[in-house]
Amino acid sequence: FFFLGPSIDRKMWGIARRKNLGQALQKVLPAGSMTVREALNSALDEEMSADHSFLDGLESTRISKGLLEKYGPDRVLDTPITEAGFAGIGVGAAYYGLRPVVKFMIFNFSMQAIDHIINSAAKSNCMSVGQISVPIVFRGPNGANAGVDVQHSQCYAAWYAHPDPVVFLENELLYGESFPISAEVFDSSFCLPIGKAKIEREGKYVTITSFSKMVGHALQVDTFKGISAEVDDIVRAVKRACYRSILMAATT
Amino acid sequence: MAVLARSSSPSSLSKLLLRPHSFSSLRSFSSSAADDQRVLTIETSVPFTGHRIEPPSRAVDTTPAEILSFFRDMALMRRMEIAADSLYKAKLIRGFCHLYDGQEAVAVGMEAAITKRDGIITSYRDHCTFLGRGGTLLEAFAELMGRRDGCAKGKGGSMHFYRKEASYYGGHGIVGAQIPLGCGVAFAQKYSKDGSVTFALYGDGAANQGQLFEALNMAALLDLPAILVCENNHYGMGTAEWRAAKSPAYYKRGDYVPGLKVDGMDVLAVKQACIFAKEYALANGPIILEMDTYRYHGHSMSDPGSTYRTRDEISGVRQERDPIERVRKLILSHELASASELKDIEKEVRKEVDDAVAQAKECPMPDPSELFSNVYVKGFGAETFGPDRKEVRSVLP
Repeated sequence: FFFLGPSIDRKMWGIARRKNLGQALQKVLPAGSMTVREALNSALDEEMSADHSFLDGLESTRISKGLLEKYGPDRVLDTPITEAGFAGIGVGAAYYGLRPVVKFMIFNFSMQAIDHIINSAAKSNCMSVGQISVPIVFRGPNGANAGVDVQHSQCYAAWYAHPDPVVFLENELLYGESFPISAEVFDSSFCLPIGKAKIEREGKYVTITSFSKMVGHALQVDTFKGISAEVDDIVRAVKRACYRSILMAATT
Repeated sequence: MAVLARSSSPSSLSKLLLRPHSFSSLRSFSSSAADDQRVLTIETSVPFTGHRIEPPSRAVDTTPAEILSFFRDMALMRRMEIAADSLYKAKLIRGFCHLYDGQEAVAVGMEAAITKRDGIITSYRDHCTFLGRGGTLLEAFAELMGRRDGCAKGKGGSMHFYRKEASYYGGHGIVGAQIPLGCGVAFAQKYSKDGSVTFALYGDGAANQGQLFEALNMAALLDLPAILVCENNHYGMGTAEWRAAKSPAYYKRGDYVPGLKVDGMDVLAVKQACIFAKEYALANGPIILEMDTYRYHGHSMSDPGSTYRTRDEISGVRQERDPIERVRKLILSHELASASELKDIEKEVRKEVDDAVAQAKECPMPDPSELFSNVYVKGFGAETFGPDRKEVRSVLP
């Protein structure tokens, strides 16, 4: 619902990516698969059409492609590069009852707004004993990226591992990659539960847990020194109830 | 002449608080003044000063009934804060306690200008604003003492009074955080087209925060109906305003956003300014109001308040600018009530506060299971533990 304006080098990098990956991929996409970027775009689109009060942030990359035209500038807002301000405004709108999606350019910048994410959003339901819940999603790329510096590469999964408010950590490098999906995903009311790990691949002796981009790397481990390995994708709830899944996997 | 002290209980009396338009319930004193709806026009003590805007007129329309309600409401707030002071010293209130006495005119004047659909969000100095939004004395004292009947079931404490049904969004502990939040509520009000505004109150200490300017910038870009109210009591914790701000003219700090400087000890001026600001904000976007006010207590109960200012200064303000005394003089000079009637109101208010304190003291503490309630909206069945992982355990629903 609020977006951080793009920096110049990001724009250029985005153009380079589009040239190399986006268009090429779009031509050869098999039916029944979509890129991460398209998945995000369609999820936002579905939720915005389902609930008229849902808001999003405009960005010049393709995740919000088409949403500004479809829902108008009242619902898709481009903001100045002031994280503390726009995150606070997003949380305030959620206090009233709207459902904003606040986008950080990358999660490193969320540190400028961390007071609003934690003190204003996460704690409000408890402090107000349920009077003010905060139905907000903070999203944006997190973690490793290609060739950017230390200040832009930190992973915040451990900082933000709670379901309320939802902090949705993406990975920039994956936006252009496509993955196969089943037909039911295209249904607009399809959703997945938060809090359960997904077993990507069954295995017998070793459990590898991971999330986001690292799941792809983990899946490439065919056998771990000859020991067949199970890979759990805990993307849906880092650190939360998936302890149970991990424990189950480790003890069987 | 006046018939006093209706037999209703303290809590219902306090429910009559701050409803200047339901004067018939205030029959307890001078019945002619209490019902008197004739319009009086009274001048504010000092004219308004505007920044990039034509200030409103000094002449404020009011009624005798409204003025009497101002007196009663401010006296109630003053009593409540003094009682909170004693409770804190008796160690019945723990933690933080930031008192508002001296600043009552801001809360009362603002309520007179707006409806319960207009939002208010403020800092930790929130007890009186809560009362203004319709909170009861019992809820306030019980919350301060951490009891179950408090407005946040004892879990919020002094700094976290909420009343969502009256559009009161708290009670915030982080200095300055309430300003972007208030602009967000204003965004949502504009989005929902409900014709209301939000007042985001902050102090001179918070006026230098970066997030204020970030939020103001966005509010101005989007023409949000947000009114930023700086309650300038001239001291940010222990730092005088001239040592904290290069430009202590807080009403001008919005630069491109217009501002108004108001005598915050004059309840009629506050009312006039808030009416003016609401009209402006609905049509044009954000505006800043600077209320020139003063707090008699220190920043919080752990601050004596006299290490950075002189006792003469404090007593000087009390003698010359006290908001309740100003209204008392107004009532007496316009002969709306007699001095003894006003004294009787104060006695009544005192009794009401004492009764509420006694009732709050009887309230039980929250059940230990409350440690685990409302932590998340949906807990997904996660297990939680206390630090020893043995005794205190629960499953979040």
